[in-house]
Amino acid sequence: MLNTYVVYVENKPGVLTRVASLFRRRAFNIDSLTVGRTEKPEVSRMTITAEADHDQARRIEANLYKLVNVLLVENITNQPAIVRDLAMIKVAATHEARSHVLELASVFRARVVDVAPDSLTIEITGAEDKIDGLLEVLRPYGVLEMVRTGIVAMRRGKGSVPVPVASSSDHDAAEEDVSHSV
Amino acid sequence: MKDRTMTAKSMTGASILWECLEREGVQVVFGYPGGAILPAYDALKGSKIHHILVRHEQGATHMADGFARASGQVGVAIATSGPGATNMVTGIATAMLDSSPIVCITGQVGSKLIGSDAFQETDITGVTLPITKHNYLVTHASEVARTVREAFYVARSGRPGPVLIDITKDAQQTTCEFDWEAARPQLPGYRPDLSPEQSEYDEALELIRNSKRPVILAGHGIIISGAMSEVREFAEKAGIPVALTLLGIGAFPAAHPLNLGMMGMHGEAWVNHTIQEADLLLAFGMRFDDRVTGNLKTYAANAKKIHIEIDPAEINKNVKVDVPLVGDLREVLHQLLPHVESIDRSEWLDSIDKLKGDAAVRDIQNLPDSGHLYAAHVINDLWRETRDADTVVVTDVGQHQMWEAQYYKHEKARSLITSGGLGTMGFALPAAIGAKVARPEAEVWVIVGDGGFQMTLCELATIVQEKLKVNIAIINNGFLGMVRQWQEFFYERNYAATPLLNPDFEKLGEAYGIRSMTVTERSQVVPAVRAARQHDGPVLINFRVEQEDTVYPMVAAGASLHEMIRRPSKIVETAEDE
Repeated sequence: MLNTYVVYVENKPGVLTRVASLFRRRAFNIDSLTVGRTEKPEVSRMTITAEADHDQARRIEANLYKLVNVLLVENITNQPAIVRDLAMIKVAATHEARSHVLELASVFRARVVDVAPDSLTIEITGAEDKIDGLLEVLRPYGVLEMVRTGIVAMRRGKGSVPVPVASSSDHDAAEEDVSHSV
Repeated sequence: MKDRTMTAKSMTGASILWECLEREGVQVVFGYPGGAILPAYDALKGSKIHHILVRHEQGATHMADGFARASGQVGVAIATSGPGATNMVTGIATAMLDSSPIVCITGQVGSKLIGSDAFQETDITGVTLPITKHNYLVTHASEVARTVREAFYVARSGRPGPVLIDITKDAQQTTCEFDWEAARPQLPGYRPDLSPEQSEYDEALELIRNSKRPVILAGHGIIISGAMSEVREFAEKAGIPVALTLLGIGAFPAAHPLNLGMMGMHGEAWVNHTIQEADLLLAFGMRFDDRVTGNLKTYAANAKKIHIEIDPAEINKNVKVDVPLVGDLREVLHQLLPHVESIDRSEWLDSIDKLKGDAAVRDIQNLPDSGHLYAAHVINDLWRETRDADTVVVTDVGQHQMWEAQYYKHEKARSLITSGGLGTMGFALPAAIGAKVARPEAEVWVIVGDGGFQMTLCELATIVQEKLKVNIAIINNGFLGMVRQWQEFFYERNYAATPLLNPDFEKLGEAYGIRSMTVTERSQVVPAVRAARQHDGPVLINFRVEQEDTVYPMVAAGASLHEMIRRPSKIVETAEDE
């Protein structure tokens, strides 16, 4: 099944490569990966979707945690969440077709963001299947160009798991003289 | 804040590097200089650290690895950018697969030149990303101290592994305030200290209580965790026999009545049969490698499995387990031990004795002298001679490695050092140097094939330069023996590219100023070993053994663990084949 992970990582150079490389190396398939800033400047947030059975899904999570720069991993596949994808679709719209296309866009609550003599560019935000639906009905008119961001996701409700961040005072783990490996 | 101003002083990145290494307890580093690391070498003169000049950077990483495995402390290797750094790759991958804590420091071109394909520029953090536990690119002197502290902490904690620090030339040259206290590790996402839930302990204890045919699978994690006495107490209290992985050898005494021996591809037949017939596997710090399990579909099919493992990503990776206990083995066993019941399992132990069957009769040690010199004889005689000493054996990879595992009986942890996961030929000689440096009082023996020896023999010069008493036993059969064995079994004896034309190893050793000898008959083995032990400096012995000898038993790759190719019961068949 398709699993959705929200991954909080340190906002440092090369972290995206580490995450992407992990999926490649362990032969897990990334379906989509987005990364962006969060409310904390030192934390970046990824939304990753990947095809995996139950055991694989757990191993993906465990392997992500092995990356030193990964702060927190949430598998929100089976949790109530808001999931959004954004697409820009440039569709051929001749004089005759234009009103039909505009009508379809408004049915899907999409916005027209650019108009040219022979085309319209439509922006749509929503769950992936909603965008798939709009694409389906626009295809007969001729989709000239299309781009999607990949999904971003957030759990519903107030609860959020605290993301550990670096501070000079709270680094107890490294301070304890741990007696391993001797 | 007051303290900070008191302790801070202005230093170059290069001086900070050595200062931090000293503060991490480093006394020796293994390295090779070059352009981009020269500022660091220039600052070495102000340090108490002893630098050992290697002959190839791969050797430096294996030495750091051997050092780490012999001592349990972090080993350090240092090299320049570009080719110096890429030469380290094999050693880093070796340490990664065997969870060995090493820190590799590489020079990098100036930060302004990064990305310009400058002379000797390689993206070594990119190259080593999948084969390090973590790595760093340091572009400012102010980042050196924290990075070194983090690197050592990451390398040795949790499941240990290699960490690489790539430092640009300007970061070594420029000056900044150095403040050790302020440069504390900041690793908010790194949590190596995990422990199981109480319910998981209860489930495990329930399985142990109800088991009639349990086996402990003892792995490298026991040694890393330092849980040797806990494992022994556990096995004795519960009356459970112990099978060892290759890297688990030494974790449980060979002479202990509950020790079955090594499992897996070249494990003894009764060990593998015991695992296949067990109703409970207790995996202690091992990872169900394919060399240990054979065909997963038929592996211990009737057994429940308890997996005590520090790395959560190992759980259910190869073998689906019933109860995972994620945590440090020693701590987990401390929790379990008070609740483990003493159960009489003599029926199970007696049945294992029966599984041994005619194994003793098939053992090459018990066959009449055919006049041939077999590697097994050499290794077994070496064991008899050195068993009472504080001996560390370092092997390379191949047939001799498996014979060592079978015929050298290890009673103590860290007395065998070998490349298991990666199977790196050329590992032995440099790793033995690292082991000898870590434990100068120990008697160090290299057991190495004629193939692997020639991969890193340049380090003979390092042995001589450092005046190290290392004894080298070359098991010379004129073949890449293990590959030849596979060709014999699975490729219709098509010995493609496995016969070796070798130099005269005795003369070679002499050329380096190392006392060297050649042994061709069994009667010469013990005298040669004795002469080597008595000699003050390093010794090389070229054992010219039977050319087409075979490691038995063998589980073919992908076969079930109980489907073993056994040694023909009459050894003369091997000799008559010629």
